[in-house]
This record gives sequence, structure tokens and C-alpha cells, in this order.
Amino acid sequence: MIEQLAGSWNYIIVIILMMTGLFMVIARANLVKKMIGLSIFQTSVFIFYISLGKMAGGTAPILDGNPDTLYSNPLPHVLILTAIVVGVATTALGLALILRINEAFGSVEEDEIIAAKASQSLARPKRPTSEAAE
Amino acid sequence: MMGAAILTNLPALLVVVPLLLAPFSAVLPIAGLAWVLALVGTGISFLAALMLQSVTENGVRISYHLGNWEPPWGIEFVVDSASSLTLVVMSGLGFLATLAARRLVAIEIADKDSGKFYAAWLLVVGGLFGLVMTADAFNLFVFLEISALASVILIGMGAGTDRRALVAGYHYLVIGAVGATFYVIGVGFIYAITGTLNMGDMASRLPDAAGGAALYVGFGFMVAGMLVKAAIFPVHIWLPAAYGYAPSAVSTMLAAIATKAALYVLARIFFTIFAGTPEIVDIALSNIIVPLAVGGIFVGTIMAIYEADIKKMFAHSSVAQIGYIALGLALATPAGISAGFIHIGNHALIKGGIFMAIGGFVAALGARASLETITGIGRRMPITATAFLICGLSLAGLPLTAGFISKLYLVRAILETDSYVILALVLISSALSVVYLWKVMEVMWMQPAPARSPKLVENPAIYLPLWMVALGNIWFGIDAGWIVGAARLAATALLGGGA
Repeated sequence: MIEQLAGSWNYIIVIILMMTGLFMVIARANLVKKMIGLSIFQTSVFIFYISLGKMAGGTAPILDGNPDTLYSNPLPHVLILTAIVVGVATTALGLALILRINEAFGSVEEDEIIAAKASQSLARPKRPTSEAAE
Repeated sequence: MMGAAILTNLPALLVVVPLLLAPFSAVLPIAGLAWVLALVGTGISFLAALMLQSVTENGVRISYHLGNWEPPWGIEFVVDSASSLTLVVMSGLGFLATLAARRLVAIEIADKDSGKFYAAWLLVVGGLFGLVMTADAFNLFVFLEISALASVILIGMGAGTDRRALVAGYHYLVIGAVGATFYVIGVGFIYAITGTLNMGDMASRLPDAAGGAALYVGFGFMVAGMLVKAAIFPVHIWLPAAYGYAPSAVSTMLAAIATKAALYVLARIFFTIFAGTPEIVDIALSNIIVPLAVGGIFVGTIMAIYEADIKKMFAHSSVAQIGYIALGLALATPAGISAGFIHIGNHALIKGGIFMAIGGFVAALGARASLETITGIGRRMPITATAFLICGLSLAGLPLTAGFISKLYLVRAILETDSYVILALVLISSALSVVYLWKVMEVMWMQPAPARSPKLVENPAIYLPLWMVALGNIWFGIDAGWIVGAARLAATALLGGGA
């Protein structure tokens, strides 16, 4: 059991990172933290693909003429190059949107934004009732 | 010589033309010119799609090798009866939405941003076409993200009139990115089992591959990711806000074509990639997708009944309509799948028209369209409102409209499978959809306009596309031969196995 775990420790890391990222995306109210979570989540998938392509004892896939050389599979690595680009674009766009949200709502906290949205949709904004409560 | 070269490269052109025009549109300083570029791009795509459709009508399957690399090593585009029908619907409505966009965009988007707006518009359209044609599972992810990121930009541009568009765009970005990443995880598992990314190749290798748990996990992740993109209940939550707060032109285009591509990809996953392992597909379809589809139909319809904002109301209704399409596809019978394809086409016509008309209302009102603000609008803007009425009747499924044909074939397909519970649920939900439509129509046509309301100016610039769509709803309701025939061929092509 332990040996099996030790043999696939990179996949265990992938699962831990994946769950960490996904949890942040779902549970954090701060929009920037959500983006960080999303990046961690995507990165875990990158590591997953890279682990898939790695052969134990394999070298870089550059032909050296020796038929006994063991090569790693380059395809997953190339795919992840593309996925990294997509991930960067997603993060950049997300952060740009957060900037604009911060300008428009004065906050990057989801609950405050929801509160601001609700007050906007009312025809006549209610006066804060904190004084009355006191 | 030149003509032949263009003909053989049609599948690539369909994607390349919009994608290449996009950067030019982004740097154009004049809004009108950028719009012309977008119109040219979508127009050429529509022509290309029509030509592809006429070629594939006899069951011909075009396999286009990008860069002349043989599949499974290179990326392959596949156009058969199924994808060409989807392409014709998407490019046709995309073209009409672009035609209508000029006026709506001029009102809602600042002139200096128009070039970038149409650039993102072209990227969405080109990305969606690629999504439908590609037979490479990873290339699909790239097209998925091209169109998703560009649509987030388009949705966020609604911030000029309503700041809530920013939040809607952000949520779509995050939820969409999680969905796309799920899909990539799934592809990773299937690649680990089969060692290929080509869908046809995957299909032929999967039955012999000792997949075990990895097969189930990969299948589950791929489907789950696509469910998010297709906005199927319960992962549809991004859709109502995204369509509701996006600029009117964007709502029109996205509602008409965006989720259709994802639905088509779902069908490809079920019936092409996993054609060789029907047991897991059957379990997933009958135990998961059918209940989710029916759930979506009810949730969407009921949410629409309680919604006062017109754009969001019809966005909720889109969730329900996507449920009908998914239900048809999930029946997995030839009749069911062709019913799904018929509704892909008809729903694009219906929602395209409805959102175009709402765009016209919003432009005239200068405010969000809600049950309150559109009171009596039937008499104040009769030409736009009549087209809206026609599309609304079609949505309800009145005979002699396209919506009726959809419902008819869906009900027939359900009857064939003897699932009377689902049949009853579909009929009940159809009746419920009349409730929100009645609410809107009653306010529009039967109530007098409020006193001292400003005179509304009609928007003749959108008449042409709007009425083409509205008359299309009637045309395809009376003479449904073309779409029914094409949908039947599509179902045959999809179930026939192979990519």
C-alpha cells in the first residue's frame, strides 16, 4: 500500500492541488482568491498531463540514433504548453474583469457586490437602517 | 483552379476567415467598417456552411487534414450531415445576428470600443465553428476556450449600460474555465488509455483498451465539463445572468448559437468517441442526462415564470429549451436525436428572434425591458412587437410555427420509447411555458401604455433580420421538410459510428 502510494506520489499531489484549487473557487468570496484557486486547479491538470508523458528512466525525445534509448512521450507536454497559454489568458481576463468590477462596485468581495447589486435593482434605495436598530 | 482550391479547403476556411478578420476589425477606427468586416466574415461562413451542407446531403463525410498531416497524427476536421446541419444553423443565425447588431451596438457600445467588440464577436463565431468541426479531442478544448474567452469579453461589454454585466461575465469565466478544465482532465484519462487524441481513433481503440476505472473517470469528466458549457441543469447557473446583462446583440448571438455547439459536442462524445463502449453511454444517458434534462426544463420554466426582467426571463427559458434538446439527444434513438437536431435549428430561430426584438425594445426604451417598462408596447412599437409575438407563439409550440414541429417530433420520439412519465412531464412543462409567455404578451398587447409615456421610436435597422427570423419561424412551421430531412440524416450520421 505504502509502496503503491510512493510510486504514484505525483498523482497524489495532483489530487491535493486539484481539490485545493476547486475548494478555493467554490468557497472563497474574494474574487481575486477565486482566480488564484482557478490557477491552482488548472496547474494541477498540467502536472497530471506531464506525469502521464514521463517514462521512468526516459530522456528528452530527441533522436540520438541509439535504438535502446528510452524516450518520454512529448505529446502531453506539448498539449500542456497550449493549456498553459489558455490558462494565462483566462487569468489575465479574469483579473482585468476584477479591476473593472472594483471600479464599478468599489469592492472585490462577492457578498458586498451582491448587496450593491440588490440596492441598485430597487427603485428607491433604502436608507441604511443601522441607526434605527441601535 | 482557384475555385477548386477554395472548395477543397472549405472546412478550414469556415474557421480561418472569421479568425483572420478579427485582428483587422480590432484595429479599425470606424465602427461601421468593423461591422462590415464582421458581416463579411459571418456571411462567408454561412455560404461555406451551405456549400458543405449540400455536399454532405447524400451521407458524404468530408475529412479535412489540417496542414496535410494524416490523422490520427494531425488534426482532422470532420464534416458530415450532423455537423454540417449544426454549422448551417449556427452560421445562418450568426449572420442574421450580425446584421441586427449594427444599430443595437451603436446604441449600447461606445464607438471607440466597437472595433474590439466585433473582433471578439468574430472570435466567438470562428471558435464555435471549429468546435463543431474538429475531430481532435484536445483541439476541441482550444476552440472551446477561444469562443468562451471572447464571449466573456462580449458579455462584460454590457457594463456600459449595466455594471452587473461585469459580474455576470466574471462568473461565466470562472464556471466556464472549471468546466473546460474538467473536459481536459477527461481527455487526459482517455489519452492515457488509448494513446490517441483523434475521436475516431479513440472510438476504435476504446473497446479493446483495458480501461477499467480510468475509462469511467475520463468519460465522466468529459461529459461533466461539456454539461457546464451546454448550460444543462444544474450547471446552467451562469447562463441567466450572462444572457440577461450582456449587450442585446450579444444576447441574440449567444442565445441563438453558443450553447448549440456544446450540445453538439456532447452528442459527439456520446455517439462518436464512446460508440464502442455503449454500456456506459446508456447508463449515463438514461440515468443522468434524461433526469437532468427534465429537471432543467422545469427549473428553467418555473424561474422564467417568476422573473420580471424580460431578458432574464427568456434566458431562463433558454435553460428549459436546452433541456428539450438534451432530452431528445439523450433518448439515443434515431427519432430522438433527429428531434434534438430539429430543435437545435428551431430554437436558434426562436431565441434569435426573441432577443433581437427585445434588443429593439431596449434600444427604444433606453432602459432595461421589464414587465413594467414594456407595458402596452404592442401598440407603441407594433412592427417589432409583432415579430416578437410570432417568435413567442413559436416558443409555446403553436401549430404552423417552427416550435410546433420541434414539440411534435420530440413527443413522437418519446412515445416510441414508451416512457410515459417523461411524456407527461414534457407536456406539463409545455403548458407551464405558456404561463410566462402569456404574462409578457398580456402586458404588451392588452394593457394600455402608461399615461405620459414618451413616444417610442421604432428601429427599422433591425426589421430585416428580425422579420427574416420571424417569417422563418412560420416557414419552417409549415414546410418543415428540409430541417426534418437534414436532422434525420444527422441522426443517421451520428449513430452510424465512426467520427
